[in-house]
Amino acid sequence: MKTYGKFAILVVAIVGTLIWLAAGGISESKTYYKTIEEVTRMGQDSYGKRIRVTGDVVPGSIRREGKEVHFTICEKDKGLRLNVVYKGTDPLPDTFRDDAQAMADGKMDPSGTFHASSIAAKCPSKYEAKPGSGKPAAKPLNQKASIS
Amino acid sequence: MENLGALAVLLAFCLSIYAVFGSAVGALKKKPFLILSAERAVYSIWILLTLASSLLVYALLTGDMRLAYVAGRTNHAMPTIYKFTAWWGGQEGSLLFWSWILSSYSAVVTWTNRRKFRQIMPWVIAVLMSTQCFFLILNAFVESPFQVLAVGKGVVAVQDGRGLSPLLQYWAMAIHPPMLYLGYVGFVVPFAFAMASLITRQPGDAWIHTTRRWTIITWLFQSCGIILGAGWAYAVLGWGGYWGWDPVENASLLPWITATAFLHSVMMQEKKGMMKVWNMALISATFLLCIFGTFLTRSGIVSSVHAFGVSAIGKYFVAFIAIGLGACVYLILSRLDYLKSEAHLESIVSRESSFLFNNLILLASCFAVLWGTLFPVITEAIMGEKVSVGAPFFNRVNIPIGLFLLFLTGVGPLIAWRRSSLESLKRAFLWPTVAAVLLVAVLIVAGIRHFYALMSFGLCLFVAATIVSEFFKGSRAIAARNNMNLVRAMVELTHRNTRRYGGYIVHMGIVLMFVGFTGAAFNKDDTVEVGMGETFRLGKYEMKVREIQDGDTPNYMWQRAIVDVRKGGEQVGTLRPERRIYKASQEPNSIVGIRRRLNEDLYLNFASMSQSSSDKAVIQAFVFPLVSWIWIGFGVLFAGSIICLIPPKVRLQYARTEVVGVVQKHAKVEK
Repeated sequence: MKTYGKFAILVVAIVGTLIWLAAGGISESKTYYKTIEEVTRMGQDSYGKRIRVTGDVVPGSIRREGKEVHFTICEKDKGLRLNVVYKGTDPLPDTFRDDAQAMADGKMDPSGTFHASSIAAKCPSKYEAKPGSGKPAAKPLNQKASIS
Repeated sequence: MENLGALAVLLAFCLSIYAVFGSAVGALKKKPFLILSAERAVYSIWILLTLASSLLVYALLTGDMRLAYVAGRTNHAMPTIYKFTAWWGGQEGSLLFWSWILSSYSAVVTWTNRRKFRQIMPWVIAVLMSTQCFFLILNAFVESPFQVLAVGKGVVAVQDGRGLSPLLQYWAMAIHPPMLYLGYVGFVVPFAFAMASLITRQPGDAWIHTTRRWTIITWLFQSCGIILGAGWAYAVLGWGGYWGWDPVENASLLPWITATAFLHSVMMQEKKGMMKVWNMALISATFLLCIFGTFLTRSGIVSSVHAFGVSAIGKYFVAFIAIGLGACVYLILSRLDYLKSEAHLESIVSRESSFLFNNLILLASCFAVLWGTLFPVITEAIMGEKVSVGAPFFNRVNIPIGLFLLFLTGVGPLIAWRRSSLESLKRAFLWPTVAAVLLVAVLIVAGIRHFYALMSFGLCLFVAATIVSEFFKGSRAIAARNNMNLVRAMVELTHRNTRRYGGYIVHMGIVLMFVGFTGAAFNKDDTVEVGMGETFRLGKYEMKVREIQDGDTPNYMWQRAIVDVRKGGEQVGTLRPERRIYKASQEPNSIVGIRRRLNEDLYLNFASMSQSSSDKAVIQAFVFPLVSWIWIGFGVLFAGSIICLIPPKVRLQYARTEVVGVVQKHAKVEK
């Protein structure tokens, strides 16, 4: 049983170290998912926390200034807007453009601008229509066809 | 035609239910004709699903835009190859593809074992067909690929489809999903054998011997799938990386980790009769994680950049995983008597204990990745607030785990079973350790201060040295005895015990891949806005935008920056990063320009034209040291795995390898 005792101590040591590392990793990189409405409502609470906010890119709002990229995202049905500045080094994704659904990762500053360190974007209806919106892909496709 | 396809899927679904019950009842009541009919149902399902898949592929290739799936995934101008790959390019098609692979595997397993394992085969078929049945429910009732657009009822017919997502129109992405699926689905087979031997209370490890090759092949498919995904992310996504700890990537990694642990721990059962419960748990976990991975990718439960989007199929998966988990736990617990260990751990410094640590550490990594991936779901359930964790979390946990694993890779295979003496340890590890320490010292002098990078390089050399010395020692002995040269002796050595030396080669591949991963500690990047004829610098490189071209193909429009690269005043090449806008989907895509070299890659991404002045281009430049070694290492790993599959020249006799389960008296079932 002595061997099993030693083994147990080693296992505890390894698992303990990993948990400690994991806890550090979590507190360093934990990010809150918020809607624009929630971010606005948080007010001062939002400063300093890492937040991931999602919204649609307002058409025509994307503006590059040197290495910074400015744009506005909105929550369509509520009419809320949020100005975002992106200063990250990673290239913006190809899917990031007018009307795309953008996910900005970063922090709020007291002036009400959101400083993003990374941006992810999804084209509207890239793969699938959302469930409950009828037959998959049928509607948007036909609309497109009848417009053109 | 679509009716025929849907009918085939529906029939296959009915047959799969029949096969499950036919096999199970046949085995319980000892009715050979029922078992035989269930086997024939397996073949019929394959024929039906092949028919359904061919019909779908035919519709995709001919551009039958009446079908919602075809119109959503293809357009007329797309290259034929991508029309074909659109089979697995979307939700419904990829689920049908899953089903088809599973039915093919089931047919192969049933056919090759038609005269063997008469006791467990009915149960193997029952387990396989239960899984098949689940996926056919999705194919037939939830996500049918044969949905027709409601043309005529106020809806205009579609002239041309939307096209496959441009991100998927790339060679690696064309073969990445099939590889991954072959791997995912492949693990259903060893799982089915494991469960069948549990159900029938087989003593022994027949299921392990039978499925060993199968496990290695599916593991290899999975590895290929993951690495192709990484290669694709590197060359197509344009974010300058090969791994981002995205939920979908994690989904593919999870079963791979448990499968790797399984591949190692079965050796303990084969040679020592230990860890039987553990192996059962591992193969069950691998199977469930494969299903879970499909679930993560398909259901959109965790938001991801390249998930397939939100879908209603989540609840079906949750139900199936819950049932599967319940069944596995029940079977293992109720048959613990058959899974008793035949030996005990004798020393902390032994092969056994290195296997245990290998498993522990892999499982810890798997758990951490799973935890991180599901963190938003967990926090939402507990605190009512979605909180996610990012790459720093995964890196922090997985880098030390990776390094520890690398260490075990070097140590494990060389220490003796049961216990090792200090003397033998010294003999085996003295020189590799000295070499590693020297390398680290040299690197420190050279100015490298990154702790993990130093550790990693040191360990890489350590492991490489142990592997090389193993080959050298073995082949020198053969060379001396048989009067051969060293190279031939090395081939002879590998051929005599393909499993062991193939395994070493796989380990060597892993070492080379770690060299590549470590390069990431020294990445450099810069984003610049440059006009025609202007130069910019990154590291040793000086780059000059010569011109910007544009053009048009039926499928997409493109714009290309021609960048001359100079290094130390000398012209070393021209890179052509490109941007494309696909016409059908109006989606943009980048084709990055990469100058691949063994020491470092220069990587240029043409991000966009500048918004402030229209004649300037925004270019992102990266230098990725050593990244090529990941792909080279993978090549070595691939070769090593293939060598493992070659039958050894010398049949090795182990004390306990009697194959149980080949019961001749039941062979009369086959008529």
